[in-house]
Amino acid sequence: MAIVEVRQIVKKFGDVTAVDGVDLASRDGEFLVLLGPSGCGKTTLLRMIAGLEIPSAGHVFIEGRDVSQLPPRQRNVAMVFQSYALYPHMTVFKNIAFPLKPLKMQREDIREKVMWSASMFGIGHLLARRPRELSGGERQRVALARAMVREPSVFLLDEPLSNLDAKLRTSAREELEQLQKRIGITTLYVTHDQVEAMGLGDRIVVMNEGRVRQVGTPHEVYHRSADTFVATFLGSPPMNLLEKDGLVIGFRPENFLPVQLYGDDRDVERFRFDVTWMEDLGSDRLIYGNVEREFAHRHVVAKLSANVTFSVEPKESYTFAVPKDKLNFFDAGTGLRLEGRFALRDVHGA
Amino acid sequence: MAAGRRVREGFAVYPVVTFFALFSAFPFFWMLITMFKRDHDLFSPANNPFLLNEPPTLEHLDLLINQTHFLKYLFNTLYVGAVVVLITLVVAVPAAYSLARWAGRWGETLGIGIFLTYLVPPTLLFIPMSRVISVLKLHESRWSLIVIYPTFTIPFCTWLLMGFFKSIPRDIEEQAQIDGYSRLGAMVKVVLPLSVSGLLTVVVFAFTLTMHEFIYALAFISVSAHKTVSIGVPTELVRGDVFRWGSLMAGALIPSLPVAVLYTFFLDRFIAGFTLGAVKG
Repeated sequence: MAIVEVRQIVKKFGDVTAVDGVDLASRDGEFLVLLGPSGCGKTTLLRMIAGLEIPSAGHVFIEGRDVSQLPPRQRNVAMVFQSYALYPHMTVFKNIAFPLKPLKMQREDIREKVMWSASMFGIGHLLARRPRELSGGERQRVALARAMVREPSVFLLDEPLSNLDAKLRTSAREELEQLQKRIGITTLYVTHDQVEAMGLGDRIVVMNEGRVRQVGTPHEVYHRSADTFVATFLGSPPMNLLEKDGLVIGFRPENFLPVQLYGDDRDVERFRFDVTWMEDLGSDRLIYGNVEREFAHRHVVAKLSANVTFSVEPKESYTFAVPKDKLNFFDAGTGLRLEGRFALRDVHGA
Repeated sequence: MAAGRRVREGFAVYPVVTFFALFSAFPFFWMLITMFKRDHDLFSPANNPFLLNEPPTLEHLDLLINQTHFLKYLFNTLYVGAVVVLITLVVAVPAAYSLARWAGRWGETLGIGIFLTYLVPPTLLFIPMSRVISVLKLHESRWSLIVIYPTFTIPFCTWLLMGFFKSIPRDIEEQAQIDGYSRLGAMVKVVLPLSVSGLLTVVVFAFTLTMHEFIYALAFISVSAHKTVSIGVPTELVRGDVFRWGSLMAGALIPSLPVAVLYTFFLDRFIAGFTLGAVKG
């Protein structure tokens, strides 16, 4: 178990800055998810922690030791690649035993460790097979078993679930989370999938354009997004943003409901909502439309769960509302969150 | 329907395949039959040239093996070939690896540049090369060939191996580095075992190139005991205008058999070697 920390870390590839001055520290035994769109620098950051990339500036600390200039083998980290990177010319047994060979262990000890690791992932019966004879899920387990066998101090995962089909991904996610809790090893997990991030992470690091935009628990980043990027990157559909007088007002589609659904005692903000079209997704209905003209970017989405039977038709107008405590405010210039309450009356002049 | 199509395809494919098989096998058949033919049988226009019209004879083989240095030529060929293959591997493997992995965009251009040197014909190069050999005082030595041959095996094999190394996913190599190995360790334990096809192609290719090379061998070696098969057989068995056809054919057939067997056994890997090099190199 260990704390991973990066300080003012920068990585440039020619003129392109992939990671731009990131400061980040994990907690001991934490499941920390790096989330962001493609090309945001999350994988580069992970590779610098692994030692596969040398930082252009800044430092990496693992267990308090500056490892910035050390090769991967001296960092005691394990990594699972998106492709799993199994050695195709070796059996599963040899794949798992491979990281133990440089440790100059006795053959019997190696055998014991491989068995331990394989049994942890339920792949004891596959040891004689070669990677090409395995299914996607089995390959992923072998990759995890190989990463675990050396009992590393840090576990680095680069989108390990993205090659699995949707059904398998859900069960693998659950297994991964339980395993991490059981072993308690500090884990850094890179993904662009917000569902994975929300489900797995103790904390989420949201990145964009080489910088960290927010670090927080899934609840924090979703409900108290630090800026408009985080607000719109998380959630499906993303947060609605209305702009007026230098202020951006944000609210989640699932909080934007017909006013009748809120009780009289709930303090809500009302909007006139002209519905343009609808999508029925089975579990939810997505309702697209426009609010009052005074807002720039007044196109918004409402998400009604299938339990809500309220009838909505396109080309009709309704009164929708958002609870005031669910409103978010951002600075229109910087995009940053503004704390404190803003009376919406001042904003939309109702 | 499918069966019908298969039969029709069979009708189209088999005659073509049979023709090419016969075409390729014919030189071997010709060498084999000539080797055992009496001179009288061979030179009589009235005889069917494709059959043994008279009882077979071993006199050509006897001439080849007992009255020339043929076994010595074989040994020299093997010796030169083995050392050249070794030198080629020692140079081409690290060169190809670094070009494939470290040189970036320049690697591609450099690789093609290296390959182009292979296209310079030896008939041009042997003039400057003979100067090199005389400076090194290697005339009349097998080492003259051992020094010269890598100049054309290394460029081609480097280019070939480059394609191979590029086809190995970087992830696998990086995984080995995470798993506790140095860059060199990762290369030895992971990259090389995954490049067996390429390495094998390089071995067979470099060996056959040296085996059939003629110009340099003819230019640099005239002492009979130091000759390789490719010059020993034609220079010793064509005396004036007398061609010892039977022995010449035997001398050509014997060294080509092991190579033919090697190609047949490793044909699949060999094709993989060349197509990979061609597409990704």
